[in-house]
Amino acid sequence: MLELIDLHKSFGGNHVLRGASLKVEKGESMVVIGGSGSGKSVLIKHIIGTLKPDKGSVLIDGADIAALSENELYETRKRFGMLFQMAALFDSMRVWENVAFALMRHGKLKENDAKEIAIEKLRMVGLVGVENLMPSELSGGMKKRVGLARAIAHEPEILLYDEPTTGLDPIMADAINDLIIEMKQKLAVTSVAITHDMHSAYKIADRIAMLYQGRIIEIGTPDEIKNTGNAIVRQFITGSAVGPIKVEGVTA
Amino acid sequence: MTVNPVIKFIECVGRTITLLWHTFIAFSEELGRIMLLLFSSIKQLILPPFEVKNTLKQIIEIGIKSMPVVLITAVFTGMVLALQSYTGFKRFNAEVLVGTVVALSITRELGPVLTGLIVAGRAGAAMAAELGTMRVTEQIDALETLATNPVKYLIVPRFIAGVIMLPALTVIADFIGIIGGYFVTVNLLGANSTVYWKRTWDYLETSDIYNGLIKACFFGAAIAIISCYKGFYTQGGAEGVGKATTGAVVLSSMTILISDYFLSAWLFK
Repeated sequence: MLELIDLHKSFGGNHVLRGASLKVEKGESMVVIGGSGSGKSVLIKHIIGTLKPDKGSVLIDGADIAALSENELYETRKRFGMLFQMAALFDSMRVWENVAFALMRHGKLKENDAKEIAIEKLRMVGLVGVENLMPSELSGGMKKRVGLARAIAHEPEILLYDEPTTGLDPIMADAINDLIIEMKQKLAVTSVAITHDMHSAYKIADRIAMLYQGRIIEIGTPDEIKNTGNAIVRQFITGSAVGPIKVEGVTA
Repeated sequence: MTVNPVIKFIECVGRTITLLWHTFIAFSEELGRIMLLLFSSIKQLILPPFEVKNTLKQIIEIGIKSMPVVLITAVFTGMVLALQSYTGFKRFNAEVLVGTVVALSITRELGPVLTGLIVAGRAGAAMAAELGTMRVTEQIDALETLATNPVKYLIVPRFIAGVIMLPALTVIADFIGIIGGYFVTVNLLGANSTVYWKRTWDYLETSDIYNGLIKACFFGAAIAIISCYKGFYTQGGAEGVGKATTGAVVLSSMTILISDYFLSAWLFK
C-alpha cells in the first residue's frame, strides 16, 4: 500500500533522513515515534509529497510519488487526508467551509449539499452546532476534531496524523485517540501517525516504528515495543534522560 | 605588534568585496525566486479552473478598500501641487499654466506612483501578513494536502486583482487630484475657471493618461508578486511574519520608485 525505501533528505548541512525505510500494509495503523527533531515531520511530508527525497522513493500502491508530474501528484493527494498538529484550519472560513473545502473544490458539490455532508462529518467527530462558527471561536480540542472532520470529508484511503494529541489535556487527548480508532474501524483507512506520546501510540497503533538519527531502528506491535531489548527504544518509551540518547544541554 | 597598514588596507578591501559579493548573490537569489513565482503564477493563471470567487474577493480587498486612502491622498496632492505651483508661477506671471502642471504631474507621475505606494503599504502589507500567517500555521501545507495548488488558490487572484485595480485606482486618483487642484486654484486663489480648464485640455494628451496607467499596471503586478512572495516563503513564526510584512512594503516601494524612472524614460520619450 505505502512503502518508503531508503529515504535521504538534507536541509543545508543538516542530514535529517539517512536511509529511512518503512512499509505500511493496507488497513494498517502505523505509528512512528521519535524524539523532537528526529525527522518525523519530514518523513510524513515525504509521504504526502510536499517534500521530495534527495535519494530513495515513496511508493503508493507501487507508484513512486517523487516521479509524478504536478497534476498527477495533486490527483494522488486526493487519496489522502491529513490532520495537522495545530489543526491548520483556514481561519478566514467558517467551520463547515473548512470541512467541505475539498468536496466543493474537487467534488464540485453545490454549497447546500457540501454543507450537509460537512455537518454529518462534524457529527462523526462528536461536534454538533458548531458549523457556522469561525475557527478562532473553537477550543484546541474542537479545532483538532474539525481538522479530523476535514481530513475524512472526501473519504480518503490513507489518513496521516501529525502529532494528533500534542497540546491537548489528557482527557481530550484520549478522546482524540478514541476518534482515530473509530475512524479506522468505520472507514477502513490505512493510517500513519507521528507522535512522541507513548500512551497514544500504544492505544492507536497496530505497529509502532521508532525513528532515530534519520533511520527506522525498530518496528513491532505495541507489545513487542514495550518488551524491546533495544536500549535506545527502551530509553525513549520509558522517557528517561539517562541512556544512549543524549539530551542537548544535559550532561548526565 | 603593529600591523602593516598596507595589509590592513588590503584586508579591508577584501572584506568589503566579500560583503558586496554576498549581498549580490542574496539579491540575485531573491530576484530569481520572485521571477520563478511570477512564471508559476502566470502558468496557473492561464490553466483552468479559474478562481473567479477568490479574485473578486481580492479585487474588493485591494481595490475597493484602498479607495478612501487613495482619494484623500490624491485630493490633497492635487491641492498642494496647485498651491505651490500658483505661488511659484506668480513670480513670473505664469499662473495660467497651473492647470497644465497639475494635470501633467498627476497623470504622468503622481497618480500612479502615489497610488502604488499607498496600495503597497496597505494591501501589500496585508497580503504578506496573511500569507505569512498561513505559512507558519501550516494552512498552506493544508491546502497542498487537500490537493489544491496554493499558487493558483492564493497568489493568482491577488496578482490579477493588483494588475486590474492599480490602474482603476489611478484613474480615480488622476480625476480627484485634478479636481483638488482646480478647487485650490479657482476657489481659493481666485484664478479664472475657464482658463484653468482650457490650459489643462490644451496641453494634456491621451498618451499622458494611458502611459500613466501602463505604469500603474506594472506597479500592481510588482506589489502583488513581491508581497505574495514575502508571505509565501515566510519562516520563523510571528517574528517571521513581521519581517515578511516589513520586507514586502520596503521592497515593493523601492521597486515602484526605481522602476518608475526607467518606465518613464521608456514610455514618455
